[in-house]
Amino acid sequence: MNFLHMTENNFSLKKIEISVSEAEKRTGRNAMNMQETYTAYLIETRSVEHSDGQSVLTDSLWRRYSEFELLRNYLLVYYPHIVVPPLPEKRAEFVWHKLSADNMDPDFVERRRIGLENFLLRVASHPILCRDKIFYLFLTQEGNWKETVNETGFQLKADSRLKALNATFRVKNPDKRFIELKHYSDELQSVISHLLRVRARVADRLYGVYKVHGNYGRVFSEWSAIEKEMGDGLQSAGHHMDVYAASIDDILEDEEHYADQLKEYLFYAEALRAVCRKHELTQYDLETAAQDLAAKKQQCEELATGTVRTFSLKGMTTKLFGQETPEQREARIKMLEEQIKEGEQQLKSKNLEGREFVKNAWADIERFKEQKNHDLKEALISYAVMQISMCKKGIQVWTNAKECFSKM
Amino acid sequence: MCGFADSSWKEISGPFTWTFGSCYLYTKRMGFLPALHRLLPCCSNTTDLILPNGGTPAGTASPASSSSLLNRLQLDDDMDGETRDLFVTVDDPKKHVCTMETYITYRITTKSTRVEFDLPEYSVRRRYQDFDWLRNKLEESQPTHLIPPLPEKFVVKGVVDRFSEEFVETRRKALDKFLKRITDHPVLSFNEHFNVFLTAKDLNAHKKQGMALLTRVGESVKHVAGGYKLRNRPLEFAAIGEYLDTFALKLGTIDRIAQRIIKEEIEYLVELREYGPVYSTWSALEAELAEPLEGVSACIGNCSTALEELTDDMTEDFLPVLREYILYSDSMKSVLKKRDQVQAEYEAKLEAVALRKEERPKVPADVEKCQDRMECFNADLKADMERWQNNKRQDFRQLLMGMADKNIQYYEKCLLAWESIIPLLQEKQEAK
Repeated sequence: MNFLHMTENNFSLKKIEISVSEAEKRTGRNAMNMQETYTAYLIETRSVEHSDGQSVLTDSLWRRYSEFELLRNYLLVYYPHIVVPPLPEKRAEFVWHKLSADNMDPDFVERRRIGLENFLLRVASHPILCRDKIFYLFLTQEGNWKETVNETGFQLKADSRLKALNATFRVKNPDKRFIELKHYSDELQSVISHLLRVRARVADRLYGVYKVHGNYGRVFSEWSAIEKEMGDGLQSAGHHMDVYAASIDDILEDEEHYADQLKEYLFYAEALRAVCRKHELTQYDLETAAQDLAAKKQQCEELATGTVRTFSLKGMTTKLFGQETPEQREARIKMLEEQIKEGEQQLKSKNLEGREFVKNAWADIERFKEQKNHDLKEALISYAVMQISMCKKGIQVWTNAKECFSKM
Repeated sequence: MCGFADSSWKEISGPFTWTFGSCYLYTKRMGFLPALHRLLPCCSNTTDLILPNGGTPAGTASPASSSSLLNRLQLDDDMDGETRDLFVTVDDPKKHVCTMETYITYRITTKSTRVEFDLPEYSVRRRYQDFDWLRNKLEESQPTHLIPPLPEKFVVKGVVDRFSEEFVETRRKALDKFLKRITDHPVLSFNEHFNVFLTAKDLNAHKKQGMALLTRVGESVKHVAGGYKLRNRPLEFAAIGEYLDTFALKLGTIDRIAQRIIKEEIEYLVELREYGPVYSTWSALEAELAEPLEGVSACIGNCSTALEELTDDMTEDFLPVLREYILYSDSMKSVLKKRDQVQAEYEAKLEAVALRKEERPKVPADVEKCQDRMECFNADLKADMERWQNNKRQDFRQLLMGMADKNIQYYEKCLLAWESIIPLLQEKQEAK
């Protein structure tokens, strides 16, 4: 549950609560008219009255994972300077073997439900994203939402961004801070994925240790049948071993929550990198504009002075086909000067745009860092608390068992 | 019958060394009786004390040795050592490298106030072979008794280094336990071979001496095993047999489970050893989170150390006791088998007599002797079984409580480690 201020078109401030309260398996037909099974999630929004704090259900609608993806893609394009919260994983990753990797597995669906709710809360609590119209409609308008998103033309914008892939190699003066941030994102991603991988193996082994103890339960009970004085003690100690073996299921289930928290930041690393890429792109645009302008200026100067500094095809043609008339030259200079003026204007706006981007992006990155430090500390505390509770359970079970053994 | 050992030897020596042992024992038991009557009047009814030939125990005790007899008797009931008069320890293993072989010897220190020992203290060095010799000698000379098992001669998995510190230490403990079990036994602890083993400067000389005897024993065993078939085991021994089968089976399972747990724990440890440092790597990337992450890393490191201690303790203390008891049940089974043979022999002889009953109205002496031997065997075996049951109960109580304790300690160490990092995480949180 999360409280936030949300503005609609008319700037009416509303406090609302968002939850993804249910998941449901559905079957339908996709665009290719093929049968498909998917999971739909029920999103409920409640507005909170200021006076008594009571919430009233205002909207409830169903969305599927692909619609969440569409929302996020839209946000990525429209807010290039923002570290857009990630979605939960599409397929289960880094799970220890007892957990199913099946998309329709109830546990997986449940964890994804929590992840999707968390995503919505992250967006809703973001100072800028929460004001987005499309996001608001995602929560409130079930039909035609997809069409509305597509009307924004974000796909076109997104397509033109594809060239960003190569921008890295062309940017001449990259911003050191963004280079460092990119480097950090890479390392964060690699360290968290390593951590998650090892943690899954640790969980596997721990599961083994506990479950093998369960065999004591059986054998102690069988053994107790042939013993006189020792019998009762063995029998009840065996019971405690059963309890011990069973306790690991809950422990590891709780730990999975910790893994999910880490996973969110694994995906956040990618979001962080996306901002860096977009910065490179703006930087690239700026540099291309500057280059373009410089070239035109040089051309203009050449025409005006009649000197050709560098060998050019144009120089060759002039030599071969004779000089152009002064009128023609005058017209060309004029045109170039016009273009230079335009170029300077463009460069100015690009510069402004770039500075704006850096300013906004950096503000959001700072916000993100604070959020990350806070969240991860919380996650570590809850992890430590889980470990403490596991230790206490262990002490309890073994103390009970010892009590039984002592009566033998 | 004062100096019971020697005189009884000459008096009742039969055709088989076997019988020697048996009767030798018997005399001893008779020697016990007066004291026993004083202490535990009800005991006169116990089957343990059935006497051959209707012999009366009264007056057979030697007044001179009554105090030591009392001591020995109390050893039966009171294992806590106040009344102990024989202390044996195995320590200080040493490696000997010769041209032909390399082996380990152990120092065996004996302290005793018993008259059988000339000196109050002995210290000798023995190797595994010597222990093996002792055990064989005990088995030969006390066939009616349960001889404690020696640790296995060969390491099961074969890969283990016989001269590694862990192996030698585990074996030393097992050998120490072996001698302590003999020492605690009211009959075995008086065995002459045991005495020789503890005191002789040159054990090899004694070993050679015994060779001739050994062949005779071989014959006697052959003789006994000569095809008598047991009609039916008495119910109580059948029950012991069944018990031992199940016991060995369950213990084998527990041994496998314990080994599997240790294996799982070691694999868990390997993963933990990788898991902790990942937090350190991460902390190098972070500013504000560096300390908490480093804390978690250190904490996992502490838990790994605690886990390693747990697996070491379980390997060193838990598994060997299980092994000892698995071997014990084998020893027990072989004694049971010997008893069956003695009974079978008796039954066969009795049958033969019954066929000739008309001719000879009186039961011949050798059949009577055979009956004595069987009853004597039964009594010894039952007494040993009872003693073994008692030891087993105590040992397993201790062993399993120890296992619980080790696990509790492990969790307590982990608990402490995790609790200690909570303030580290929270302080930073509040400071913000």
